[in-house]
Amino acid sequence: MAVLNDEVREQAKKVFSELKNRVKLVDFTQEVECRYCRENRMLAEELASTSDKIDVETFDFVKDKDKARECRVNKIPAMLVVGEKDYGIKFYGLPAGYEFASLMEAIKIVSNGNSGLAPESKEMLKKLSHPAHIQVFVTLTCPYCPQAVRLAHKLAFESELIQADMVESSEFPHLVNKYGVFAVPKVIINESIQFEGTLPEKTFIERMLS
Amino acid sequence: MDAERIGFFLPEEKKEEKHAADKEKTYELIIVGGGPAGLTAAVYSARKAIDTLLLTKDIGGQILLTQEVENYMGYQYIGGKELIEKFKQHVQRFPVVMKEKTEVVRITNDEKTFTVETRDGESYHAKTVIIAAGKRPRPLNAKGEKELVGKGVTYCSVCDAPLFSGQNVAVIGGGNSGLTAVVDLIKIAKKIYLIESFPSLRADAVLVEKAERSDKVEKFLGYEVLEVLGRGRVENIKIKPKQKDETKTLPVTGVLIEIGLIPNSYLAKDLVKLNDFQEILVDCACRTSVPGVFAAGDVTTVPEKQIVVAAGEGAKAALSCYNYLLGLR
Repeated sequence: MAVLNDEVREQAKKVFSELKNRVKLVDFTQEVECRYCRENRMLAEELASTSDKIDVETFDFVKDKDKARECRVNKIPAMLVVGEKDYGIKFYGLPAGYEFASLMEAIKIVSNGNSGLAPESKEMLKKLSHPAHIQVFVTLTCPYCPQAVRLAHKLAFESELIQADMVESSEFPHLVNKYGVFAVPKVIINESIQFEGTLPEKTFIERMLS
Repeated sequence: MDAERIGFFLPEEKKEEKHAADKEKTYELIIVGGGPAGLTAAVYSARKAIDTLLLTKDIGGQILLTQEVENYMGYQYIGGKELIEKFKQHVQRFPVVMKEKTEVVRITNDEKTFTVETRDGESYHAKTVIIAAGKRPRPLNAKGEKELVGKGVTYCSVCDAPLFSGQNVAVIGGGNSGLTAVVDLIKIAKKIYLIESFPSLRADAVLVEKAERSDKVEKFLGYEVLEVLGRGRVENIKIKPKQKDETKTLPVTGVLIEIGLIPNSYLAKDLVKLNDFQEILVDCACRTSVPGVFAAGDVTTVPEKQIVVAAGEGAKAALSCYNYLLGLR
């Protein structure tokens, strides 16, 4: 059975009819697929079927460990949104619920080559001198979370130094425990900077630069 | 997580903003708030060709946290997100300037204009204002609560309940929101303490039955919360029966507070008159104590906080505002 219903698929088709450049959804699963690994792969395949601009490539996290290392994938289910290059835009855990919108947004950003960040934000990003790994912990029922995920992905698109992951909390309880995630969205940057809630673009970048 | 139950929500349809919010000009009307009252006011003001700016933190307000709506006329059943999308599309048919992700913190007036200040330090000006800022979750005001927000204390059960998988949690509040949280948690938490200050639960019978059927749920009715304890994260909660002088300490890692809402009237507390519940006093035409300032929806004294009531009040506020502006012309 398909993961997307007909209505959602039709809407996605409509949204993706405006895509410009090719986008690849790179999916990592394993031979014996966990429930959401399977659904994550199916989601990538079903989205690819909605547009001739979207391709899908599936890897086995265990067998293709070199590819996983190259893509800096350290857990599954994982999905990367890749364009001309790998911008460091990742989804760990099935992006369902409110996060489906974040996935669609990431595809549009990569395909159309426009993050939509304000010019001042792009200017501020130039000050970043070290690699930044942004992890945004979410739940699928949180209406405020996609705002944080989208911003993190926009930043990754704009800066080669930034990797940005959506992390679906219930899929990775050990990480929820490790980082003390008690409220979402929770943002972790390079293990050291942590904050809850959604911040405006400028404030988010300031926190990252601090 | 249950993706089949949750489904896949499509992104909001984005329309290019025709006009950006202008800090230099004086609008005829600024609407504060993007819930049902504010959005309906926007439609009515646009139809009267009032030059309008709408400032809001989010579109939808409390409906954002509502899974399903079964009492909005014309829809026997509609998802909360879907209803918001329909409201938004309706407003976007008109040339209303809508600025989202903008939290208004203060409204002041001088002789002729009102100044609306935002959290980002920006100011906008208008001849009239409609305050439709809605409500926010009510805190318990228990010792330790404030310090542990985001560290186990949460006011958004819908968002954060999935984080407490396999853990002991306390849900505070025996109304529909509290019991909805309890029912959601039965599937994920290890143990759920339901704490209510009244001697009985006020939630709908169907929710109460579901909660009572689970042996994970333990009720403490007629209890108040004295303190939330923990170092860096919630570890315990101290409760006490209202009638007795004995305390109980329950080991929990999560405290989900669902004890109702308080009006977002602080942004106009020095401008207009409020009642004892901090609601903005309005007359039957949505006029506040200050000419030119109108208010609508949950932030006001109007009884019954319902989507359909808020929408109706929003319409009234915009029409009252129109009549007021006619007098100025």
